[in-house]
Amino acid sequence: MNFDLTDEHQMLQDSLRRFLKYSCNSKTRNEALSSETGVTSDLWHAMAEMGVIGAFFTEEQGGFGGTGADIALIFEELGRANIVSPFLDSALLSGRVLAAACELDRVADLIGGDLQLALAHGEPTSRYDLNYVRTTSVNGILNGRKAVVVNALASDVLIVSARTSGEISDEDGISLYFVEKDAAGLTIQDYALIAGGHAAEVTLDGVEGSLIGEEGKGFALLKDAYAIATVAQCAETLGAMTTATELTQEYLVTRQQFGRPIATFQALAHRMSDMLIEMEQARSAVIRAAGYFESDERTRDINIHAAKNLMGRAGRLIAEESIQMHGGIAMTQEYELAHIAKRITMADHRFGDTDYHLEKFMALTQP
Amino acid sequence: MDLNYSKDDLAFRDEVRAFLATKLTKELSEKVRLGGDLTKEDMEGWHAILNAQGWLAPNWPKEYGGSEWNAVQRHIFDDECASAHAPRVVPFGLSMLAPVLQKFGNQQQKDHWLPRILSGEDWWCQGYSEPGAGSDLASLKTKAVREGDHYVVNGQKTWTTFGQHANMIFCLVRTDSTVKQQAGISFLLIDMNTPGIEVRPIILLDGSAEVNEVWFTDVKVPVENLVGEENSGWTYAKYLLTHERTNIAGVGFSTAGLAAVKRIAKAEMSGGKSLIQNSLFAARVAQVEIDLMAMSTTNLRIVSQAAAGGAPGVEASMLKVKGTIIRQEINDLARRAVGPYALPFVSEAVEGSNEPLPDPHDAGPVAAQYFNNRKISIFGGSNEIQRGIIAKVKMGG
Repeated sequence: MNFDLTDEHQMLQDSLRRFLKYSCNSKTRNEALSSETGVTSDLWHAMAEMGVIGAFFTEEQGGFGGTGADIALIFEELGRANIVSPFLDSALLSGRVLAAACELDRVADLIGGDLQLALAHGEPTSRYDLNYVRTTSVNGILNGRKAVVVNALASDVLIVSARTSGEISDEDGISLYFVEKDAAGLTIQDYALIAGGHAAEVTLDGVEGSLIGEEGKGFALLKDAYAIATVAQCAETLGAMTTATELTQEYLVTRQQFGRPIATFQALAHRMSDMLIEMEQARSAVIRAAGYFESDERTRDINIHAAKNLMGRAGRLIAEESIQMHGGIAMTQEYELAHIAKRITMADHRFGDTDYHLEKFMALTQP
Repeated sequence: MDLNYSKDDLAFRDEVRAFLATKLTKELSEKVRLGGDLTKEDMEGWHAILNAQGWLAPNWPKEYGGSEWNAVQRHIFDDECASAHAPRVVPFGLSMLAPVLQKFGNQQQKDHWLPRILSGEDWWCQGYSEPGAGSDLASLKTKAVREGDHYVVNGQKTWTTFGQHANMIFCLVRTDSTVKQQAGISFLLIDMNTPGIEVRPIILLDGSAEVNEVWFTDVKVPVENLVGEENSGWTYAKYLLTHERTNIAGVGFSTAGLAAVKRIAKAEMSGGKSLIQNSLFAARVAQVEIDLMAMSTTNLRIVSQAAAGGAPGVEASMLKVKGTIIRQEINDLARRAVGPYALPFVSEAVEGSNEPLPDPHDAGPVAAQYFNNRKISIFGGSNEIQRGIIAKVKMGG
């Protein structure tokens, strides 16, 4: 047992943190936020050149990483710097689906920074259930609707799940397709997200798709890709929570009221201590989710469900308490904390929320 | 980063398991599991067994007879002992006084007292708190006045755990009242059999008699029983309090407690199904299990940092707060799990009777344990004091 970063990870963390510190500020963030698609291509290419996307994949897949620890390390830094860019959805989630389906040419493009992807899987009534697919495919012709598809507008091609056999909630019978952006019958209704980035409602009305991998066997690919995406989401949230906590700590020692720093008021000091305690819990939860990612599936999933549940609870505490202890300033669009708090809170709506993962955890630990 | 036990760790775990399987009697472990009152002989007997194995002092350096285990080994040992329902090692001599003596005691004191802690010749208790000095420990008033080659001690200590068993007490006493509170405190070792000492039990809300008041009236203490410098006792006291305390997070206790809750909830029926299938109860169990998993990793991270030379002060405070919250939540779940059978006052019910406990799940006095463990967020620096320490370290002031 060993909690130290390897030399390689230490170097990656250092260089990534330095790069993000200098290249990302409120100006670049506002550019991303106000851009049409939510993607700033300069940052995307620079990060790809640094090897960030390559680190999402194993050597066999054409990358040079791909472990839970590699991915958690990178996403923690992205969250810490409050980067608004679709690395999680476009590169990791979609990329891992393609890598598992042996679409390695596309993965190579992705690693080079030359491909934007979007995974259109969730549906208006599926909530967080991965097995629920109502969209149909008959002879490669797709009909249905996909909900809150992150990065759809910016993507070069969509990955769409559709049912080729079985009932609506069967794990078997889910197939994956590439759908070209200019395909006839495809509608992308784009919107901005409250915590940054873009997503869309995607409607498929007799759209032609080309099969990815084996027909009817998409569920296992999706499950694994969502598992690593959940680890990444937890790590990213941990990074954002770290920044929120640091900003709050800094504010408490500088802000003066009643003639003294407000950090000296016990009502605030003790709550700050509780935040710091929960930060340690959150860090441990992420370490476990990342560290057990390569274990057997049950151990992996128990620790992912545990982490996402804990991050949901701890994240809410950090976001709400950070705003409350800052007071009015945290309510402004202009102040960094507001964006970070939104990001932390909205993370609970990705890949299953606090209650969803508690229920999944219970199913595995209380049979 | 690697979260798995190494081959050596696994071998060590097997060794601990084999030891517990052969040396821990069923009679003793059942007593611990059911929360029975351990006698002095029970505790001394277990100490002797651990000492014979060389495992009584995991945190002592080898030169003093400790086992000098690393963080992971200590974690494994605590975990296995708790799961096997081994008695808790009484910490006052072993993990509180001993580190102070090892760091600040003179050679004669080390040579004399340390072996006696291991052998069990001395049973130590702690003379810190006073009726007027709880969280504000530095305001303590028990006075020691130097007269020739003795100090004469007058005053009162309280909450003295196992004072009724102890033959020795380490005390914080005031040796100078003219200076700032913290600058006038000394650290004295006092023989409990000295004339002028009186021990009176305090019965706690669960009926247990583990803590005491200790009164000192003109008690003569030889000056060679002063540890370190006169009036520097506060430094040693702080060292003792913030010294890395193994198992401050109580991971092992919580793990064993949670297993018991699950066992009871599987057997207890509610609405035609087992209680663990009741989603409200099960969700509370799952949530605390998730918190415990994370804290167990936090504990390992912090303890391994400490072993590598990191400062464990503020992290120990964090572990104490979170660890006690988790343990108390588990006590609460256990109390709820047994339903109406939490109501009997078990120690009263079994007194003078050979009948089994009135409890179909063999759960022991869960309500009494719940009440007794309200203490864990109060003693050793209350959770509010710990939060104050964390804030002070992290934000100054």
